[in-house]
Amino acid sequence: MAPITMNHITKVYGDGYPAVNDVSLEIADGEFMILVGPSGCGKSTLLRMIVGLEDISSGDMLIGGERVNEKAPRDRNLSMVFQNYALYPHLTVYENIAFPLRLKGVSDDEIKRRVEEAATTLELTEHLQRKPSQLSGGQRQRVAMGRAIVRQASAFLFDEPLSNLDAKLRGQMRTEILRLQRRLDTTTVYVTHDQTEAMTLGDRVAVMRKGVLQQVASPRELYEQPLNLFVAGFIGSPPMNFLPAAIEDNQVKLPFLSYPLPREVAAQIGDSDLLIAGIRPEHFADSSLVDEHKRDRGTTFEVKVDVTEWLGSQQYAYVPFEAPEEINRHLAELQQELDGEQMRTQMIVSLDPASRIRDGAKAELWLDPSRVHLFDPRTGKNLTRDAKAEAPAATATSSASGSASSAPAPAPASSSAAASSTAPASSAAAPAPASAPASGSAGSAEPPAPDGSLRPT
Amino acid sequence: MTGSATATRPKQRRQRSISVGGAILIVVYTMLPIAWILSLSLKSPGDLTNKKFLPSHWTLANYRTVFKTSLFTDALRNSIGISLIATVIGVVVATFAAYAIARLDFPGKRVILSLALAIAIFPQVALLGSLFSMWRAVKLYDTWPGLIIPYVSFTLPLSIWVLSAFFREIPWEMEQAAQVDGATAWQAFTKAIVPLAAPGVFTTAIIAFFAAWQDFAFAITLTSTNRARTVPAALAFFTGASQFQQPTTAIAAGAIVVTVPIIILVLVFQRRIVAGLTAGAVKG
Ligand SMILES: Nc1ncnc2c1ncn2[C@@H]1O[C@H](COP(=O)(O)OP(=O)(O)OP(=O)(O)O)[C@@H](O)[C@H]1O
Ligand SMILES: [Mg+2]
Repeated sequence: MAPITMNHITKVYGDGYPAVNDVSLEIADGEFMILVGPSGCGKSTLLRMIVGLEDISSGDMLIGGERVNEKAPRDRNLSMVFQNYALYPHLTVYENIAFPLRLKGVSDDEIKRRVEEAATTLELTEHLQRKPSQLSGGQRQRVAMGRAIVRQASAFLFDEPLSNLDAKLRGQMRTEILRLQRRLDTTTVYVTHDQTEAMTLGDRVAVMRKGVLQQVASPRELYEQPLNLFVAGFIGSPPMNFLPAAIEDNQVKLPFLSYPLPREVAAQIGDSDLLIAGIRPEHFADSSLVDEHKRDRGTTFEVKVDVTEWLGSQQYAYVPFEAPEEINRHLAELQQELDGEQMRTQMIVSLDPASRIRDGAKAELWLDPSRVHLFDPRTGKNLTRDAKAEAPAATATSSASGSASSAPAPAPASSSAAASSTAPASSAAAPAPASAPASGSAGSAEPPAPDGSLRPT
Repeated sequence: MTGSATATRPKQRRQRSISVGGAILIVVYTMLPIAWILSLSLKSPGDLTNKKFLPSHWTLANYRTVFKTSLFTDALRNSIGISLIATVIGVVVATFAAYAIARLDFPGKRVILSLALAIAIFPQVALLGSLFSMWRAVKLYDTWPGLIIPYVSFTLPLSIWVLSAFFREIPWEMEQAAQVDGATAWQAFTKAIVPLAAPGVFTTAIIAFFAAWQDFAFAITLTSTNRARTVPAALAFFTGASQFQQPTTAIAAGAIVVTVPIIILVLVFQRRIVAGLTAGAVKG
């Protein structure tokens, strides 16, 4: 058990391309840190540098306060679960789990005790004498976990451990991993592609793009206060809608509605007259279903719905719109980076399943403009990001955590983010402390609900 | 439903009997010469023309004759020695080459592989004449190295192909997994990779051994005395127990002596090789 500190870590492969570029990240003792990003953004590379399978081109890697750049993997005392599990095919499940202990020369009795303990935790007891090839995917995954937890490693590293499982099993194993991590309270770095895993597992989530760290924050902050266009588009499913926002006469003109330009945005944009508006699908509503007292806070507008999808618990409506060429180009680029296919210019609206809005019909929607994010198309910076929103969270964190080490530490994280200059250290200060169980529920430590956080002028 | 089910059943049965019949045919076709040689080796020399498949009376006399003839015993020694040495050299070199081809990226990798394939299908007989002259000039004629060198060079390409295909299938992350688990580089290699690679190396060794063991063309061309002559070549010079008898039955006995161990070898190790090959990948 140990904190992991990365100072300006860079990895340049033979072809000169920096797969990981100046990443600084502080992972507190016992914290569950998620690394996400589109394919090829350097997540695995970063993880492999932590564990020592990849040389570090420059920067310092500290585990438990000790520099480990030159240490061999075996001297770092970390355990790792690989994407394809990397079980030893010629050994039984028992021997697979016992492997790290045998290498350390632990006595047979002790090995037996610890392997059986791990097997019980992971419900593998019946399979101990079988070979990995005789196991199902989920069982293999558990064997890999068993091998990771059987010795007292300083930290666990997971590289997309669930991506080979089917959806149902993935859900089960996800909660299993979370439970295990909470129980063992071991520092964990977890690489994933999966939105759900990223949002549910992590105390904090680090979003990467082309080797550069974009934002490190609690899942909630990432979702509600993304630092830039990339993070906004990457986090959330269905994704955030991006609409062209023309600025005219201190008004923000979206394809279907317009509202007054927030003052803090006006101060930042200079003379540019075209922004990108980001709106989460669930921030729209069927205006006929909006509460009377809430209705006044927002604007209603009429759209023509192209297609609706009714999923029982949710309903999605697709609304096509026109966007100027310049915005389309930015969005297409972004989409490509996010691994998306698209891009028809349409917005996704999440409606109450009770809504009677139907395909091809005209519908009246409602939107609270204070929840609209505005981004600078050139830099991608979020202009409406409310740094104040995190200020109370930061104080709550430091007072609630008690372990002073975790609160101030993450500050360097933002130094490498492209748009960090506007959010001095605050982006990193918000995370729930590692020691607090289940960050999602630690409501007091979270930023206040954005309802009140963004006031239209 | 039932109609179609009953209709397919006779069809399936017919297909089945056709494939079983075909299998039997192939086995008989390939086994017949061996059975015949076996039966010949158990006939007495005079019994050769008894116009029957089986001997009139069974005898092991031919085997006794064979093992008393120095022509044969020397040849057996040469065969074993030369084949083993050629196999060891070939497999060691092929293992290094295949490892490099499977794991490293270097310029000319494709060229090496294509060249290996070209050599593997090269008609070796075309080289016999020139090798004969060359070996006499460089004093390799009728020596062990004189045979080992061509055997190594002609089995090497195939060995490299087989091994590199095999090595490519090995999950090499195992090595890294082992290192993370606390192994040194050497431990990772011996504990995680060698057990997986061994069956492949073994398979290759057997293939290479056979190639050398059963070669006739090089053996007859590049040797002249018992010094280096191997069994397939020696059998051609066989005269039997006395000059007045047909040596056919003794040759048959010699042939059986060199064939049977090979068959047993294959049968014994076949299971291990197949098991090893299929145990390879452990992906989800
Ligand atoms: N051995 C290597 N040599 C050269 N470039 C490499 C090597 N390994 C990875 N890269 C490059 O480094 C970048 C990051 O790769 P990495 O495997 O870390 O991505 P990732 O974020 O894990 O992606 P994925 O989600 O697809 O696993 C990629 O652009 C990749 O092409
Ligand atoms: Mg990866």
